[in-house]
Amino acid sequence: MSKYETYLLNRSGLADSHTLDVYRENEGYQALEKVLKGGFTPGQVIQLVKDSGLRGRGGAGFPTGLKWSFMPDPEKDKRSRYLAVNADESEPGTCKDRVLMDEDPHGLIEGILIACYAMRVGAAYIYVRGEYRHSYDRVAAAIDEARRAGLVGKDILGSGFDCEIWMHKGAGAYICGEETGLMESLEGKRGHPRPKPPFPAGFGLWGQPTTVNNVETLQNVPYVILRGADWFKSMGTEKSPGNILVGISGHVVRPGVYELPLGLSAKEILDDFAGGIWKGRQLKAWIPGGSSTGFLPASMIGVAMDHDSLKEAGSMLGTAAMMMLDETACTVRSMEVISRFYEHESCGQCSQCREGTEWLHQIFRRLEHGQGRLEDVELLSSLASGMAPGKTICALADAAAIPTHAIVKHFRDEMEAHVTHKGCPLRGGDDSTSARKQVEVNA
Amino acid sequence: MNDTNDASLFSDDAEPDVAVSPEAPAPVLPEALVREFEELATHYPERRAALIPALHRCQEELGGWLTPDMLEACAELFGLEPVEVFGVASFYPMFHLRPVGRHVVGVCHNIACDLRGAEDILARACSVTGCEPGGTSADQRFTVVRLECQGACTAAPMMDVDGIYHENLSEEDVERILGGMA
Repeated sequence: MSKYETYLLNRSGLADSHTLDVYRENEGYQALEKVLKGGFTPGQVIQLVKDSGLRGRGGAGFPTGLKWSFMPDPEKDKRSRYLAVNADESEPGTCKDRVLMDEDPHGLIEGILIACYAMRVGAAYIYVRGEYRHSYDRVAAAIDEARRAGLVGKDILGSGFDCEIWMHKGAGAYICGEETGLMESLEGKRGHPRPKPPFPAGFGLWGQPTTVNNVETLQNVPYVILRGADWFKSMGTEKSPGNILVGISGHVVRPGVYELPLGLSAKEILDDFAGGIWKGRQLKAWIPGGSSTGFLPASMIGVAMDHDSLKEAGSMLGTAAMMMLDETACTVRSMEVISRFYEHESCGQCSQCREGTEWLHQIFRRLEHGQGRLEDVELLSSLASGMAPGKTICALADAAAIPTHAIVKHFRDEMEAHVTHKGCPLRGGDDSTSARKQVEVNA
Repeated sequence: MNDTNDASLFSDDAEPDVAVSPEAPAPVLPEALVREFEELATHYPERRAALIPALHRCQEELGGWLTPDMLEACAELFGLEPVEVFGVASFYPMFHLRPVGRHVVGVCHNIACDLRGAEDILARACSVTGCEPGGTSADQRFTVVRLECQGACTAAPMMDVDGIYHENLSEEDVERILGGMA
């Protein structure tokens, strides 16, 4: 049991937690009722979310209430308005929204309804990554259940508020988790991110005002409404209040998704929740918030897991998807895998990203497999600097560049050892003649 | 916006079409799917938005991969050029544009799975099924592909078999799961 107060995962694990009955027995739809029947104006809901300090849980950490306030005044702008729910969870290491959708789908629906009321939106689309078939079915069934109970559709709870929620299935492209790529994909096109500005609040889905919110962000909203901004701010840090779902994977004893207040040290999460590094080994390197946030050395495991502390440490909280590498793991091999991913997922619009991600992958691969050169370290830095920041339409190039800079900064020795050793020193330089010779000698 | 002219070609009240003639080939998209797609299209202000969900359904219902005929039929249904539909289908890794085996096995090879033995899982999946990575077995039973991150990182390593996740895998699990499949 956690010694910290939890709320996001409190229903998860209850029998039939995904059903309307169990949801209602456990505070479900009380926040919606409070908003619709308690005389809250949309503006008051936005103000309450602003006051809570809730920041987006999709990776960028943007203040949620502020984002909602960017939607144009419906009196002056009569266009249709949309909410797009980003359930295209695909940053490597991240699997928290899946837990929420599987275990607590009504929590998402309630969050969506309150968000739509606040922004005076009449239709929401939940863009679920295509592979999450089980999550899709769970949320779709919950929407049907809510619709039959008068919670989705026309005149919700007799309040006169109308809101439709539609499910939408993606088809396996990471770039559709980028908000403008998501909107293009939802319109039935290739997921090519759009240049910004214009921003989604002015020109979103079908050119109409749109807000894109992450699943976990929206699941926080009913609690903020029900328990208030002060309660929310009593958890976490001053600038990053509330709890966050931390996924911890890799070489740990108990990998899993844990609900924790923002601002705990990464060491506490690793030791007390994940049970430490597996097999009695030592920590070598770790990633704080998904593969795009890059490797940090074991010496930095004391850093606090919140937006500002990690920024000061030269990294990012991202999606709080921590990954741990033990002493037998190779950071170069891991970057070969990570750069392969970004090459695969680049949409191809921008040359810096399309070519850059491929070159990064080629260079990491040749380092790992014994064909690297000492100047490759500088070449990787220079390539990454040419790709980001701010040189491309979206941040995918940054997502490949940031971990490249991080490995050069923190694990340069290991990179150079791959050159001098003609291959991976941890795997005996498997492609090198010296390794083969060694095998022959040992035989 | 909804193109009612195109829609009427496929709706129930259209003129009797060639399907009643015994010599005519069966339509590429069965009537039930067309009806389903027409309903899907009502969820959006523009018909085209239903394209990707519709391509998923074609792949699920009509043999596991998207044939050129299906892409053309979807183009006609959604008022698009075939090349636009091909452009969309080829962008998304979940769509197969070539024939696949009866079972599609995907093994995640991204970082969280790699750290916990994904390459061994992949090798075992290939040896059990007789596939090369990315290939189909000679008996057409299996296709094995490498996958990027599937969001199963805290239950790594994983594989997806016909859309179902299998997590926390050992090589023996792979053998057991795939060995018994017809």
